[in-house]
Amino acid sequence: MDPVISVGNLWKVFGSNASQVVASDELKSLSRQELMDRTGAVAAVRGVDFDVAPGEMFVVMGLSGSGKSTLVRCLTRLVEPTAGTIMFEGEDILEADAKRLRDLRRNKFSMVFQHFGLLPHRTVADNVGYGLEIRGVPRAKRGERSQEVIDLVGLTGYEKSYPDQLSGGMQQRVGLARALAGDPDVLFFDEPFSALDPLIRRDMQSEVIRLHREVGKTMVFITHDLSEALKLGDRILIMRDGQVVQVGTGDELVGAPADDYVRDFVKDVPRSHVLTLKWIMRPPRPEDELDGPELPPETVVREAVRSVLSADKPVKVVRDGELLGVVADEEILGVVAGEA
Amino acid sequence: MARHNVLGAVLVGALALAGCSGAKVGDSSSGAAGDCGTFNLAINPWVGYEANAAVLAYVAEKELKCKVTKKELKEEVAWQGFGTGEVDAVVENWGHDDLRKKYIDEQKTAVSAGSTGVKGQIGWYVPPWLAKEHPDILDWNNLNKYADKFKTSESGDKGQLLDGDPSFVTNDEALVKNLNLNYKVVYGGSETALIQAFRQAEKDKKWVIGYFYSPQWLLNEIKLEKVKLPEYKPGCDADAEKVACDYPDYDLDKIVSKKFADANGPAFQLVKNFKWTNEDQNTVAKYIAEDKMKPEDAAKKWVEANGDKVKAWLPKA
Amino acid sequence: MVAVAEPQQAPPQVSQPGPQQGSRPIYRSKALIAGGIVLAWLVLWLVFRNVGTLSLDASALTPLHRWINSVNDAVGASRNSNPLFLYFFNEIRFVIDEFVTFVQALIAQPSFGRPVPVIGWLGVVAIAGFVSLVVAGWRVALLAVAGFVFLGLQGLWQESMDTLSLTLAAVVISLLFGIPLGVWAGLSDRAHRVITPVLDFMQTMPTFVYLAPLTLFFLIGPASATIATLIYAAPPAIRITAHAIRSVPHNTVEASESLGATWQQTLVKVLLPSARKTIVLGINQTIMAALSMVTIAALIDAPGLGKTVVKALQTLDVGTAFNAGLAIVVLAIVLDRVTTAATERRKLPRWAMFGGLGVTGVAVYLSYTYLWAAEFQSDVEIGSSIRQGATAVTEWVQDSLPVITGGFKDFVTLALINPLQALLAESPWFVVALVIVAFSFLIGGLRPAVVSAVCLGLLVATGLWQDSMITLASTLVATILVMVLGVVVGVWMGRSRRADRVIRPVLDAGQVMPAFVYLVPFLALFSASRFTAIIAAVVFAAPVAIKIIADGVRAVSPATVEAATALGSSSWQTIVKVQLPMARRALTLAANQGLIYVLSMVVVGGLVGAGALGYDVVAGFSQGQLYGKGLAAGVAIVVLGVMLDRLTQAAAKRWTN
Ligand SMILES: Nc1ncnc2c1ncn2[C@@H]1O[C@H](COP(=O)(O)OP(=O)(O)OP(=O)(O)O)[C@@H](O)[C@H]1O
Ligand SMILES: [Mg+2]
Repeated sequence: MDPVISVGNLWKVFGSNASQVVASDELKSLSRQELMDRTGAVAAVRGVDFDVAPGEMFVVMGLSGSGKSTLVRCLTRLVEPTAGTIMFEGEDILEADAKRLRDLRRNKFSMVFQHFGLLPHRTVADNVGYGLEIRGVPRAKRGERSQEVIDLVGLTGYEKSYPDQLSGGMQQRVGLARALAGDPDVLFFDEPFSALDPLIRRDMQSEVIRLHREVGKTMVFITHDLSEALKLGDRILIMRDGQVVQVGTGDELVGAPADDYVRDFVKDVPRSHVLTLKWIMRPPRPEDELDGPELPPETVVREAVRSVLSADKPVKVVRDGELLGVVADEEILGVVAGEA
Repeated sequence: MARHNVLGAVLVGALALAGCSGAKVGDSSSGAAGDCGTFNLAINPWVGYEANAAVLAYVAEKELKCKVTKKELKEEVAWQGFGTGEVDAVVENWGHDDLRKKYIDEQKTAVSAGSTGVKGQIGWYVPPWLAKEHPDILDWNNLNKYADKFKTSESGDKGQLLDGDPSFVTNDEALVKNLNLNYKVVYGGSETALIQAFRQAEKDKKWVIGYFYSPQWLLNEIKLEKVKLPEYKPGCDADAEKVACDYPDYDLDKIVSKKFADANGPAFQLVKNFKWTNEDQNTVAKYIAEDKMKPEDAAKKWVEANGDKVKAWLPKA
Repeated sequence: MVAVAEPQQAPPQVSQPGPQQGSRPIYRSKALIAGGIVLAWLVLWLVFRNVGTLSLDASALTPLHRWINSVNDAVGASRNSNPLFLYFFNEIRFVIDEFVTFVQALIAQPSFGRPVPVIGWLGVVAIAGFVSLVVAGWRVALLAVAGFVFLGLQGLWQESMDTLSLTLAAVVISLLFGIPLGVWAGLSDRAHRVITPVLDFMQTMPTFVYLAPLTLFFLIGPASATIATLIYAAPPAIRITAHAIRSVPHNTVEASESLGATWQQTLVKVLLPSARKTIVLGINQTIMAALSMVTIAALIDAPGLGKTVVKALQTLDVGTAFNAGLAIVVLAIVLDRVTTAATERRKLPRWAMFGGLGVTGVAVYLSYTYLWAAEFQSDVEIGSSIRQGATAVTEWVQDSLPVITGGFKDFVTLALINPLQALLAESPWFVVALVIVAFSFLIGGLRPAVVSAVCLGLLVATGLWQDSMITLASTLVATILVMVLGVVVGVWMGRSRRADRVIRPVLDAGQVMPAFVYLVPFLALFSASRFTAIIAAVVFAAPVAIKIIADGVRAVSPATVEAATALGSSSWQTIVKVQLPMARRALTLAANQGLIYVLSMVVVGGLVGAGALGYDVVAGFSQGQLYGKGLAAGVAIVVLGVMLDRLTQAAAKRWTN
């Protein structure tokens, strides 16, 4: 399948001399700090490549200042990239003129912000309908559609409230509804839940998962919270100082960290929740009895614990009838014990 | 909600009913001006002027059926109005050689319309109690003797000579220097400041000497005494730096716009013929300043008591 | 420069103990240097006293002053032939005149062949009540109705309506230009940089300086009065609108853009509505500023309450002046409360909306048709009691207090004003200039030092150096008094809600009561002197400083105060060690605003014995041949204002970071 978004060698440098920086290979090879000292420019995004598949939930993760927000804003050109390509459904977004860009923003993608960005002088319904309003959708239609998405995000009954009368979680639901109202192909989330407290955050994450399942949209989700990334992401991109460190599924990151940075990152993750049998199985040894129960390799360790420990023989990891390896008590215990 | 609407309707109805009584607003487009037209009269900000203007306006309205528009302006702005056609007449002018030169001689937008009959005097004055207890203070030669007494926080180690409204030309700094007086001119900045100073001086027997003038309504209340300065001789004030003589007596006059004079309408005739005395003006000024009468009422009272004088001002038919 | 308090931004509570401790020795050495400078100054003053002071006699002129006179004369002489006048100024005048006359015809002046205005008192009261009800709620609506009826009972209905018409016209025109300009300055940094100094100029240039030329350009009448008013009143609307646009959170704008809004859509649907609250505050400030011009505009024949005040003063009739001044205060308080409350979101029930509309309609109709509803006539005439009361109080004050107040005046003059003035005005000019530049450098670094140097150069160029220094001395003394009052009363109000409730209306009155009203008793208490001028300035400027400090003290987080109390601080310790230091930003803002407000009273001071620049301006307004000098003095006041403003801002920046 063709990717919805395809980003190639994307650069964003802040500073008056930005174009000089990206023109010079020497400057491009400097680290962020060195570049800052030499030229005063900040390289927020440095040569980033990745693809997002249709319907995928793609998560970008990194510490504060690693350039996530800048990256996601480049994708919609809220921030103008300095160099590189961004293909959206086969179209180079960087070529789009102001009008085309507006069309794209109105119809193809929308964004949910960390600080909500709601309009304080408008009611929930009017906030949600704002995107439709600026497209010129007639009032009655707007009302209908707003009501739909308001119901979808679970805000029924709050249509007439003002943002300052809602809790943080509810405000972000409004942000979500606003983004959904235009029925975009892609949704961008910039740390949408980091301003919320943990319980609400968990609620909202489930909400997004539910929406993702129900509406099946492509989503690009920014977070600095690894557990959030692991929970939501089909694939996760880890950024550091503006560069991509690793792209992969959650178990890939935990199972095969690309470097110490990632390893350090995933160190505290409850491995049994993330790792699948694929990562802990070993080739069968001669002494193994191979007539035990079978499990697919995608089974998460945590879910395999009971069956492995209760079986007196090693569990076979099988895909399409092919034996990939086996998992016995010691492998399982190795993962579980490592967490303690 | 329906109930509330009914309530509103009842309220409105009641109000409307309550209102439907009493006299209706009439039409006032009658009283149209005769052949006099509109007479734009400047009102300079002092009571003596107001007295002149009030009487003139009253006569113009009542006898000549003019539509009088009073414009409250300071001298400079009023004279400027001659050129822009917004002021027809200034009816008490204190010298103002600078303005005469600019507007009568150079721009030729104004002309003099003769004396008002009122004599103006500028000079240095002291409160009556002082003149009574130290009669010799009324001669400038003795001023240095008392300089100490006039010291204030503003004059330092010299005596204070209080100057007032900057509208009038003063030669006081030059006078003090050229007469070798041990005084410092302190600028009160307004007529109000002067009047308050003299009032308090008389009440609390304080030592105050300051620039003042007559006619002025305050003199009805407190008989300030003028200090004798070296006598005025024509030309002695020609060089502002070297002045060492008293201020001249002013023959207060009327200034009108050139256009107004050329048109020679009844209002102009009235202004030209207008002439009365210090005493007349003081009477009307007293009505206004002390009896707190409205200028119209003050004018009415005076006009009714002085019909013969007024008759002489009216244009000969 | 911000001559009108901009809404304070929440102070970022970042405490950086590291650098502060590190710079302590620097502070000490700075204090040492400052002490050295003062000492050197004293010595130089002793040696060179009265040398090189650039003094100029009251009636003396410099070539610059003469040149300005000749330009002024030339403009006047060419008035009737110059195409600029014929086609440009005349057109503007015509439009504004028509507009004001129309508003007056509606509510103030007999019009359309009727002996009364179109809408009589009943209609105006109803409209005022209804509009207040819609934008500000029941309580304010009641206040508005009561306030307007009070104006009638004072016997000043028509005068008040004239003033209201002129004020409304000036405010509407101010906003017509001010809000777009403010939006522009809010969106573009370059526009902001260009507009700011122009606004500084408009707000600090004394009105007296341009009053006479205005009548030359726009003739005597509503147009000139309106323009004089809006020159002073428009800047707050522009500044605050710009500020409001700038402080709309970036993320709402970004959200709107991300949805594909054009910039016009973002402006109209996001920026303006989000900035609305703050912009309304700007409108509020503009209304207040316009009302404070009422008496001055009366000097060029502006109709209304100002005329009553000015007239009453010719005969020192404090009672009448006070009555009219009180009417201005009432108007100001009503308009202030309505606009302030208008920032809240509110929705009127339908029945109240329609009911109100109906009642208002009927009232307007009645006031159009029936005499009793058109002209305010009442058996209860409180105007005369107010007049008599004010007169009696004034007389009592004048009779019994001068003994005490005179001593106080002499003390402050000898202990504070005279020494400061001696140092500033009797030292050679270059010594003073050097000292000021050196202090600017110590306080703010290179930039303020350069600004001060340029400003001082300009002062020398005006030919009014010594007068400027005398005015500077009085200004500094007045500002000190303002700050003392500001801290004492402000802390009190900040700590006690009750005190706040009682004092605030008094402060409002102090700000809008025309100075002319209280100058008369002040003259009795303190005679014509610099001190009288200082006190008048303090009355006008202290309310602003007090309010800013009170708000600042109140904004100190209760948690901090609680913590301090829990540690056993006495009230005094809490104030001195917690609340004041934490209200630092408010203190510096108060000092800055205090200074600017004091400077705006320099001219009024000139009317009561301040001499120096204030007198120069007044004299320039009154005498043709002194016009140039008056203008130069006005420029000197502006220059002083800019210098002090930039200096206090630089100091504030240093101190609050
Ligand atoms: N407008 C800007 N001008 C200059 N530098 C900027 C700008 N915006 C971001 N930066 C810099 O770019 C870098 C990346 O910032 P960015 O906001 O993208 O980080 P982030 O990963 O989103 O961090 P956070 O988790 O705190 O939101 C930072 O060093 C930041 O200081
Ligand atoms: Mg971010």
